Amino acid sequence: MAGTERAAFFDVDGTLVRTNIVHAFAFYAMNQGSILGTAWQTARTVLSLPLFAAADRMNRKLFNEVFYRYYSGQSEDRLETLAGELFEDVLRPAIFPGTPRLIDETRRAGCRVVLVTGALDFTVRRLAEHLGADDLIANRMRFVQGVATGRVIPPIIEGAHKALAMRDYCVREGLALEKSFAYSDSFSDYPMLAVVGHPAAVNPDVRLARVARAYEWPILRTTEA
Amino acid sequence: MRDPKSLARFYETTEQIVTIDKDSPPRVLFSGEDLLVEDLPVGTRVIYPKPPLEGLPNVKAAIRSAINRPEGCDPLHALLRPGMRVTIAIDDISLPLPPMRTPDVRQQVLEVILPLLAESGVDDVHLVIAIALHRRMTEAEMRRMVGDQIFDAYYPDRYYNHDAEDPDGCVVLGTTAHGEKVIVNRRAAESDLLIYVNLNLVPMDGGHKSVSTGLTNYEGVKAHHTPHHIRKSHSYMDPERSEMHRSVDRIGRYVDEHLQVFHIETTINNRMFDGPLEFLMKKEEDYTELDRLKLAGMRATLKRLPPVAKRKIFQAVPAPYDVIAVHAGLTEPTHAKILEKSWAQYAVDVDFQADVLIYGIPYVSPYNVNSILNPLLVQVMACGYFFNFYRGKPLVKKGGTLIVTHPCSDSFDPEHHPSYIEFFHRLLPETRDAQVLEARYERELAENPTYVHMYRTGHAYHGAHPFFMWYWGENGRQHVGKVIAAGADNAHVPRMMGWDHAETLSEAIDMARAIHGRSASIALLHHPPIVMTQNLG
Repeated sequence: MAGTERAAFFDVDGTLVRTNIVHAFAFYAMNQGSILGTAWQTARTVLSLPLFAAADRMNRKLFNEVFYRYYSGQSEDRLETLAGELFEDVLRPAIFPGTPRLIDETRRAGCRVVLVTGALDFTVRRLAEHLGADDLIANRMRFVQGVATGRVIPPIIEGAHKALAMRDYCVREGLALEKSFAYSDSFSDYPMLAVVGHPAAVNPDVRLARVARAYEWPILRTTEA
Repeated sequence: MRDPKSLARFYETTEQIVTIDKDSPPRVLFSGEDLLVEDLPVGTRVIYPKPPLEGLPNVKAAIRSAINRPEGCDPLHALLRPGMRVTIAIDDISLPLPPMRTPDVRQQVLEVILPLLAESGVDDVHLVIAIALHRRMTEAEMRRMVGDQIFDAYYPDRYYNHDAEDPDGCVVLGTTAHGEKVIVNRRAAESDLLIYVNLNLVPMDGGHKSVSTGLTNYEGVKAHHTPHHIRKSHSYMDPERSEMHRSVDRIGRYVDEHLQVFHIETTINNRMFDGPLEFLMKKEEDYTELDRLKLAGMRATLKRLPPVAKRKIFQAVPAPYDVIAVHAGLTEPTHAKILEKSWAQYAVDVDFQADVLIYGIPYVSPYNVNSILNPLLVQVMACGYFFNFYRGKPLVKKGGTLIVTHPCSDSFDPEHHPSYIEFFHRLLPETRDAQVLEARYERELAENPTYVHMYRTGHAYHGAHPFFMWYWGENGRQHVGKVIAAGADNAHVPRMMGWDHAETLSEAIDMARAIHGRSASIALLHHPPIVMTQNLG
């Protein structure tokens, strides 16, 4: 895609697929290799749901930090191996019917297709490949001796950091941010939408829909083919 | 025995032009979803539509007659053979305005020809709505247009909207001698027979324009939807004097050389209102006490309602149009007969040009059925359609003043007109020059993937459409010296379009008189219903 002047940045959860990072984590929790392990991780996840909800309400960054700690102690090999099944069983069926067409349309317009997500890179890499994305900007887990530490390599990709990561990406790749497009479903992604020349709300939540109407950003849907 | 003065008035009230004198009643003008009642200066000439022509007594019999005795080709049944592939293209919801009462004439045509196709062993039949770059019709609108029975039998696999952005949806048939690309819907191009079912509302519609515009893509439309073509169209309601139609005809003739096309063209009279709104079809001189009561009641009601509710009320009232002609066969002879009837309904002979021309802009245009008449559409009604409602000389002199009554609210429908918003608020403040807009920005918005997606999966007009709306006002803008928006609820919308604004119609007339003098000739084109002037002197 060398020579393209602009990019289309896509949030993933709720924008291109109907799942979110909790679905991915739940998949891992329920596939621990032993009945006891699975039961323990599943129970731990379920019991933590109020904590996740509270953290998400307070701050998306805090939510990610709290949430990713639950990956602590899991082996890198296992996480990578299960990522294939995660894609086939969870993510692929959850791709919105309008997603392939929207991505195709941005590509036809000469955009480089980049997924920008707060999910962990190994959980969405196959999805990115499947959708034909040129690049993936995602969170990366820190592993020590092949075991997940539960800490993400900073900066955590969320909120304002998504916008910074996109800006850095455009500088690095020689793309024009003001000519680029961004698509997201969530008000928490307001910075990534505001930083490009052509933002659009996709299947927006109530707050983003309100902002989109106020700023006259296009509102579109991927939930329909 | 009438005295001479009252005889003169009797004569005037039976003709289509009424000259205002000091005893004349005030005139009723649309201003969006409101009705204004305005006294006009003495001497103002008001041009009214002709009374509706009589409808055909049996529309289906007329359709059968047309397809059995077509213009310039064999009857439809003789063109059919078992197993052939047929595509029936249909005009979209932009015609007629407002949408007609059911059964829509398109439904009636389909109810005649679909059984004929079935009896002839033709099963591979698709119904394609020729939307070009217009918005996709909704499921409910599609059902209403063809009726339950056809809808249930064909939707969604064999009854659908044309998709101008489907990468595989169109084919290039070739190029005209003038270099125009001839691009047509793939299904239509690969059919053994293309039947186009049209509804001609105004003389601009139909003929070669049906296939070469309705079933093409952005590149195809771009061949003739340019500021250059519109500037050289005098007017685009008069195909013989329209540069746009010359291009469309070249493309259409190329299509006809390469595809078998059978046109079924229909046209309707101008019976736009009946029932409680029937008084809007009358001259104010002819209003009865009951009409005046209805008008007062309607104005009082509208005054109390929010714009959304007013819009819903008006848009919910379908028009009681009658079908006045059906012809079928080859494109040009068929269309010529329809045009003849269309002019017979609309053309009012005039022998003057006015310094000041007044229009009431109503609530609907071809591009906002079930939506908002946004500022760009107000512009296309004023400088585009209404200005072009002439044959011969324009009703307003070169350098004259147009006065339009409309609130010009800064309001857009984000679902139907997303690219209009960007055009109006981002591009128009930079330049109003149509040629600069075309060169600098048209392709950018046309290829904007967000707008492409909204056109293909939602109900949005194509990203290039607001440009075409601006170009369609180009010959009006080039001709008139000034446009004044009377009753605008803000100053910035008229200003962004290069217009002046006035609080009231009388203030606007004073502003125009300040330019053209106290003796300026003033005319009011009194519509809806549609009226066009014919000044061939």
